[in-house]
Amino acid sequence: MTTLPQSTERKLGLVIDLDTCVGCHACVVSCKGWNTENYGAPLSDQDAYGGNPSGTFLNRVHSYEIQPEQGLAQTIHFPKSCLHCEDAPCVTVCPTGASYKRVEDGIVLVNESDCIGCGLCAWACPYGARELDQKEGVMKKCTLCVDRIYNNNLPEEDRVPACVRTCPAGARHFGDLGDPDSDVSRLVAERDGMDLMPEQGTKPVNKYLPPRPKDEEAIDVLAPFLEPVAEEPKGFLGWLDKTLEKL
Amino acid sequence: MHPAPSIIIFTVFSGLGFGLLTYLGFGKPDVSGFTAFVFFLIAYAMAVGGLIASTFHLGHPERALKAFTQWRSSWLSREGVLSVLALVIMGLYAIGVVFFDTRIAWLGILGGTLSLATVVATSMIYGQLKTVPRWNHWSTPILFVLYSLTGGAFFAGQVWLAKPLLLLLGIAQLLAWIFGDSLFRESGSTIETATGLGRIGKVRLFEGPHTGGNYLTREMIHIVGRKHAQKLRVIAIFALTIIPWIVLALLPFSHILAGIAAILHVIGALMARWLFFAQAEHTVGLYYGAR
Ligand code: SF4
Ligand code: SF4
Ligand code: SF4
Repeated sequence: MTTLPQSTERKLGLVIDLDTCVGCHACVVSCKGWNTENYGAPLSDQDAYGGNPSGTFLNRVHSYEIQPEQGLAQTIHFPKSCLHCEDAPCVTVCPTGASYKRVEDGIVLVNESDCIGCGLCAWACPYGARELDQKEGVMKKCTLCVDRIYNNNLPEEDRVPACVRTCPAGARHFGDLGDPDSDVSRLVAERDGMDLMPEQGTKPVNKYLPPRPKDEEAIDVLAPFLEPVAEEPKGFLGWLDKTLEKL
Repeated sequence: MHPAPSIIIFTVFSGLGFGLLTYLGFGKPDVSGFTAFVFFLIAYAMAVGGLIASTFHLGHPERALKAFTQWRSSWLSREGVLSVLALVIMGLYAIGVVFFDTRIAWLGILGGTLSLATVVATSMIYGQLKTVPRWNHWSTPILFVLYSLTGGAFFAGQVWLAKPLLLLLGIAQLLAWIFGDSLFRESGSTIETATGLGRIGKVRLFEGPHTGGNYLTREMIHIVGRKHAQKLRVIAIFALTIIPWIVLALLPFSHILAGIAAILHVIGALMARWLFFAQAEHTVGLYYGAR
């Protein structure tokens, strides 16, 4: 059924720390690696070694430059995968019932054997989190590594999404965002976690932690020594300045 | 959005076909026997042909029957269900009209209404998408219905109706273009809200996630064709409404001229539908520093 559940027992999702992400793309690679070998159709590539390579990914890292009103520009690396929205528009548009949101944990999944590959769900997602696999003709999206997090065959420390397990900077956190006392919920509360495009009304479960403000004080210790010694040029430079001024 | 030929052909021709079926259902023209057969044949060719064209872009057309199951929530599913209902009921009605010279009025009216409802469902597939602000507007279903009724009036030979409908369609299309141009801005989505980084300052894409394209950029970020959009709009509106109206309203009536006007109208509709897709901007473009 592609109607959305009224509420879900848990709200499993990711919290992504934009302050910590170093833009190494390790999560992109580990996500592709895990998901191409496990649940569902493999994530195909087209022309992988040719002049125009392209492929299916469930997680991609963009980089943005922000210019504040004052001060220097900042570079922010920005990983993006499905946000497992509470009001997921991708689910309700699906004509076949292939797309659904699970009642037990809120994960949004595609039943690949029902999907006709119409692509409408990818149109309905504001975030670009769904990609139609060009070889299989079915819709692929982040599964929140549903085949890892409940997998008793894996050692306990591996029962988290591949991207979370891999991230060398610890910028990706996994947990139940429906439980206000969970680690991820506390992190969101402490760091003022935010929704992407809240105006789209999708109520994403995944949250993003904004970059911390830059330190502005520290530099001041040395700053006085760097003050210009003289504002007005003297001697030869002063003479040159005045002469040129007169011309 | 990428203006895929299969979707443009599907939406235009199935719209025309269901428009013609609407007129036939309401008994305009009130024909029977072989003449009726030809009318129904044209209507079915366009409506069914359009539906078949729409399956060309599916990854798994062999599973298309599954698309009839989710009519409670999905407009695409509703479109499928309504179109089959309309085609079946109009088929029964057509059998009466063509072979038995009996017009079962209520059946025709039911079939005609379902035909028009199919067009509304098609329009809502686009109109429901908040991600494409240009489409997410009440003008989308009105336009689709007007397209269908105007083209249908041509094919049904209802010149008295085609004349005012052409004017109405032209005005509606112009207004939709003019007001549509600002809908993305009004939706409030920007690269700042998309990244949540607007609280720090002005955001721009520094580096994309990969050097090549991907499914998303090919499917939803179509900028190439837009530079001639204004010229195409002018040509489209002339072909769609102005010239056909002049031919029908001001020149002495002849079947050949009316035929030319109809062909021009369809060409104009195809161009306008191309623009409908090519000019529609999806919010995902914000992440890629492009709309
Ligand atoms: S991020 Fe996109 S694909 Fe994921 S649940 Fe939200 S709308 Fe659906
Ligand atoms: S592509 Fe598949 S999952 Fe997406 S809307 Fe179509 S049938 Fe549903
Ligand atoms: S949770 Fe799993 S599927 Fe989703 S982005 Fe991370 S690795 Fe990929």
